Amino acid sequence: MNPNPYPKLHPGLNLGPAHGVAHEGSEAVLFGFWIFLMSDLIIFGILFATYAASTGPMAIAGGPRPTDLFDLVSVSIQTAFLLASSLTCGMAILAMKYGENVSRVKLWLVVTALLGAGFLTFELRDFASMMAHQGTPMRSAWLSSLYALVGLHGLHITMGLLWILTMLALIQVQRLSNKVKTRLLMFSLYWHFLDVIWIGIFSVVFLAGLV
Amino acid sequence: MNEERYERFHYIIGATASAILTVLAFGAMIIGEWDRTLALWVIGVSAVVQIVVQLRFFLHIDFSRQKREDLLLILFSLLMLTMLAGGTIWILGDLSKRMM
Repeated sequence: MNPNPYPKLHPGLNLGPAHGVAHEGSEAVLFGFWIFLMSDLIIFGILFATYAASTGPMAIAGGPRPTDLFDLVSVSIQTAFLLASSLTCGMAILAMKYGENVSRVKLWLVVTALLGAGFLTFELRDFASMMAHQGTPMRSAWLSSLYALVGLHGLHITMGLLWILTMLALIQVQRLSNKVKTRLLMFSLYWHFLDVIWIGIFSVVFLAGLV
Repeated sequence: MNEERYERFHYIIGATASAILTVLAFGAMIIGEWDRTLALWVIGVSAVVQIVVQLRFFLHIDFSRQKREDLLLILFSLLMLTMLAGGTIWILGDLSKRMM
């Protein structure tokens, strides 16, 4: 059973009353951030719909098809990297919540960033090889919608990596101040959210495209 | 079990379940060799289950009374998505059929 006796104030892991101001102050900020994430979800949803409407033979327009361009092994490696990074991000938050161990928080954040960078490396390598096989965004409606959807997710991951670097610098200066705690909670929501979007991408785009 | 171990365990359950569901979805590619519809169903269902698992174990969204607004916001966003995305797919799919 859940041993937490306190009410949860916001989505994601709650720091609990032992963290005082950092716990209570996070409520409004994280709710606001959650609204942003849900509006981001709408953007991704629309891009998913555009993609789904652009998979017919007319949208492919005689250009390369999914079976000509996708690399399932690379996609599975990316999926593994992103899932592992979601777990290590959770571990960073746990290290912050229990014991406030600064070096452990930093270590888990660095591992998360490295896994995220690994994901991005494989994704960019895939894009490069697709473009080398005439799979450029301007070739067909299908490819335009593919790059818009997968590219936007990749862009979010890139922003997440910048965010981790910024947080590492901020932790260096402020240690685990209340501001740092709230921002790390926000980052963890963002990072887990991107992993949820990726589930949709690998299922709808890559697996459904190749099956 | 204390709170810390409980919460760490929670993340590990989430990651393990997600890994199993991912393997299931990728494994459906083998089923796809002879039954494409069944493979698509396996991929779709495991994706939906995995999204629920990650919402529950990573984003800590549940039915506890304190966080009703977060869940309401998700449900409202899903309603918007159903109308926007469903409408797009419906109309464009129909248009595509008529132009063939």
